[in-house]
Parts: sequence; structure tokens; C-alpha cells
Amino acid sequence: MNNKLQKQLLKRSKAAKLERWGKTISFLALMLITVTVFAIIIFVASKGLSTFFSNHVNLIDFLTGKNWNPNVTNSKGQPEVGALPMISGSFVVTILSALLATPFAIGTAIFMNEISPHRGAKILQPVIELLVGIPSVVYGFIGLTVVVPAVRSVFGGSGFGILAGTFVLFVMILPTVTSMSVDALRSVPRYYREAALALGATQWQTIYKVVLRAATPGMLTAIVFGMARAFGEALAVQMVIGNAALLPTSLVSPASTLTSVLTTGIGNTVMGSLQNNALWSLALVLLIMSLIFNLVIRLIGRKGAMSK
Amino acid sequence: MNPKLSNRIAISILYVIASTIVVILAALLGFIIISGLPAINWHFLTSPARAFTAGGGIGIQLFNSFYLLILTMIISFPIALGAGIYLNEYAKQNWVTSLVRTAIEILSSLPSVVVGLFGFLIFVVQFGFGFSILSGAFALTFFNLPLLTRSIEEALAAVPNEQREGGLALGLSKWETVIHIIVPAALPTILTGVILSAGRIFGEAAALIFTAGQSAPALNFTDWNPFNISSPLNPMRPAETLAVHIWKINSEGIMPDAKAISSGASAVLVISVLGFNLLARFVGHRLFKRFTAG
Repeated sequence: MNNKLQKQLLKRSKAAKLERWGKTISFLALMLITVTVFAIIIFVASKGLSTFFSNHVNLIDFLTGKNWNPNVTNSKGQPEVGALPMISGSFVVTILSALLATPFAIGTAIFMNEISPHRGAKILQPVIELLVGIPSVVYGFIGLTVVVPAVRSVFGGSGFGILAGTFVLFVMILPTVTSMSVDALRSVPRYYREAALALGATQWQTIYKVVLRAATPGMLTAIVFGMARAFGEALAVQMVIGNAALLPTSLVSPASTLTSVLTTGIGNTVMGSLQNNALWSLALVLLIMSLIFNLVIRLIGRKGAMSK
Repeated sequence: MNPKLSNRIAISILYVIASTIVVILAALLGFIIISGLPAINWHFLTSPARAFTAGGGIGIQLFNSFYLLILTMIISFPIALGAGIYLNEYAKQNWVTSLVRTAIEILSSLPSVVVGLFGFLIFVVQFGFGFSILSGAFALTFFNLPLLTRSIEEALAAVPNEQREGGLALGLSKWETVIHIIVPAALPTILTGVILSAGRIFGEAAALIFTAGQSAPALNFTDWNPFNISSPLNPMRPAETLAVHIWKINSEGIMPDAKAISSGASAVLVISVLGFNLLARFVGHRLFKRFTAG
């Protein structure tokens, strides 16, 4: 009897076993995600670096070369894999669309949160929420049927190019940046505004000198987030940019971005060949840029937290 | 310039900006719906696509989109639920947790084309699944996991601590408290998150081009044995989804009515996303009412 009782007391109860099971399984699920992230980074890096290690392409030539034509070797006997046209194309569309979107997004966010909260919540909020969810191919299709012909008739040329890409990305990142800016404004405490107004500041002075200053880190995060999205967007840009791997000379001449070359190229090359490896190197550049955007968002967040 | 005048000018400029945005966004939505609606009819929604002649539909693509969505959810929901539970209920504040959070953040900000390429490398090439629904579902799982995990974690965090204390005070273990009390209490919010992420998956294309493939072989809708090659349920067949179809016919389509088909398909996509949004609101509201006294 005593023995049996001892056994019962020393044995794990059913609930404790279940507890351990549950904890382990949920931990494994979490680890699965983490391992996947590292696997993505390692696999893309190993594929992308093989251009430099097994095909012996010079890294500097890759980043600064102006000719992208992996099937052809140049005078030095090296394949022509200069990624500068794509890298600059990606940066130019990203920066231009962010420059265009920022005033509109912040203006709309101020309007929604400070000037007309009622209309903001009733009309703008639901529309912006819906637009965040519109698939990027739909933006690309609209770009193709509306923006490209419009650019063609106003600025001449074929209409395909950086300018069309910028407009499409502008509309695409606008809802994201706006809704994140609204969150940033909303987190500014109400008594900041009350204090400014009580000191006799006008509404605009309150917004400009107090609310916007307090919300700056959040706004910056919103803009960088929008840029990260623009930089990584593939199909919508690919449909309107013209897909010519040339260094962009004007805003209306066909160009290409890292993502557009990847989407059109990867299906047409053989795994393990130089042509294919060079594309993986472009994917690696894309991955590194996404990590850098992430880091910038973190730094802004830390700085914002410190100044509070 | 006196402050009153500059105040008036600044506020009128803000009005102009906000109304410009409303006009742009309304024109965008109006354009998608109005140019697409004439193309949509029962024939368009159910018949297979045609490569060279006019009159094709989007039936197979529409089915593929939904099937892929369901498979992705079946794979990703348990993982995200487990991860969300661990992060919110068990994880301590230490370097492992912050590393995991960083990893999730990185995954959520990766360009979808990179996720697609990784899926292509691992599932299509390495594991030999080929261009198939299964490869596509795994790629979309990676794409979906970070956001779904975060929304589940937030839903769990919103459950008041009294509920946990109540469960523990009744002698339940922590796991039992989570499963029987916390998760049901958070269910309306979790479901809202799931439906919203479904809208995102439904419209994703870049991650699918190299995983689920760009072709939609004919299906036999009377054959529901998942092991037959022409069965709609076969997870190993290549499956072009609606979003991929729009991209494909716009970049290399040669059918004469490509534009009408893309307009119609875009409208279907946007209406579906709208439907997911409304459903999320409705379900969240309804379940919340049902589970609470209010």
C-alpha cells in the first residue's frame, strides 16, 4: 500500500505530462519558424555567393558593371554580369516612390487623426484598409492599362520605365505608409495637444511643432517600411518597367529592377549554371537590402524609445 | 505671416491632400470594379482558360486559388498557433526569445519573390515535388507564418490575466488553461486574423510563379480521388492561381481578349479580398457576441 502510494506520488501526473507535451510542441512550432528564416538566409547566400567563389566573378565588377548579359564573356574572359542597372533601377524607383508617397501619406494621416477624426474613421480608414489588401498583380494590371498609356501620351516614349514604376509603387505603398503614420500619430498622448493649445498655439502650430515632432520616429518607421515594400515588390513593377537591363538614362526609358530580372529570368536558366547563379546573386542583394531595412527600422525604434 | 493665416493655409492644404487621396483611391477601386464587372458571368467563373482564342474563363484558376488557400491554412495555422502560444504564454524575456522575434520580423519583411525562390530551391528542386500545389502551399506557409503568428500572439495577449488566474486557481495546468480557457476566449480575434491573412494569401503571386507553377492543366471535376492526375484534389499537379494568371496573360498572353479577362479576374480578386475583409469583421463580431455575455 505504502509502496503504491509512493509510486503514485513520485510519478508525473497526467496533467503534468500533458503540460510538458504542450510546451514542447508549441516550442517546436516556434523553432520551425526560426530555423526556416536561417535556412532561407543560408541557402540564398550559398547560391548567391557561388557566382563569386565557383564562377570567380569579381564582386566589384558585379556591383559596378554596367552590362548584364551573362551569356557573353567580355574582353577579360569574364562573363558580363554587371548588376548596376538593376541595383540602380531598384533604388531609383524605391526612393522616388517614397518621396512621392511621404507628403501624401503624412498629410492624409494628419487629416485623419487631427483635423477630421470623424470623417477619417468613417470614410478613409475602411478604404485604406481595403487597399492594403489589394493584390500587387492588380496594381500591376492597372499600371499596364492606365499608367503606362498616360505616361506615353504625356511624356512620350513607350511609357514603360521608371516613371510608370514609380507611380504604381506610389499608389501601392501609400495605404501602408498612411495607416502606419496614423498609428504613430495616435500614440502621441492627448495632453501634448492640450498643452500646446492651452499655450495659445493654433491647430497647425500644435500639429507642426508638437505632434509631428513627437511622432517622428513612428513616421520614419512607416516610410522605411514603405520603402522596404517598394524595394521587394516584384510583379507590379515587372509589368510596367519595361524589362531592359540598361542603366536608366531617363525616367521614361525602359529599365529593370532586381525583382523584375529575377521573375523573368529564373525560369529560363539551368540550375547551377553561371546565368542561374548570377540571378541568385541578385536575390542575395535583395535579401541583404531587406535585412538592412529591418535594421534601420530597429535603430529608429530604439532611438525613438530613448528620447521619450 | 501671422499664425492664424498660416494655420488656415496649412489646414486647407491638408484638406486638398486628403481629398486627392480619396479621389485617387476611389478612382482606383471604381476602375477595377467597373471595368471588370461586365466580364464576369457564370461562364467566365466556371469555364477553363483558353490559350489562343477568345472566350476563356478562369474556372480552374479560381478553384486552384481556393484549394491552395485551404492547404496553406491547414499547414500554417497549427504552426502559427503553437508559436503564438509559446511566445505569449511560455517565453521568458531572454536572448533566445528576442532572437526568435527578430527572425519572425525578418521573415515578415522578406520580399515574397525571395520566399518563392527559396521554396523553388527546397521543394521543387531538392525534394522533387516539382511545380505543384504542395510546393506552392509550403512557400505560402513561409509567407503567411510571421503575420499569422503575430496576430495570434496579439489575440492571446488581449485576453485579460484574470482568465489565466481563474484557470490556475481551479487546478488546471498551464497548458490546460491555455487550451480550454485562453484560446477559446481569443478565438474571435484569432479567426479575424486568419481571415485577413487568407485575403493576403489569395492575392499573392510572386511567391507562386516558381513553386505552384504557371500552367493549369485541365481538371476532371467528377474525379475526386486525390491520387489521380486530373483530379482537382491532387496536390502534386501544377496549379496556376488567379493572381498568377493575371500576371501571366499580361506578360505573355496571346489570347485576343487578354485585357477583358484580366479586368474580370482583377475584379474577382478585389471582390474576394473585400469579401474576406467583411467576413473577418462579421465573424469577429458575431463570435464575440456569442462567447461573451454582451
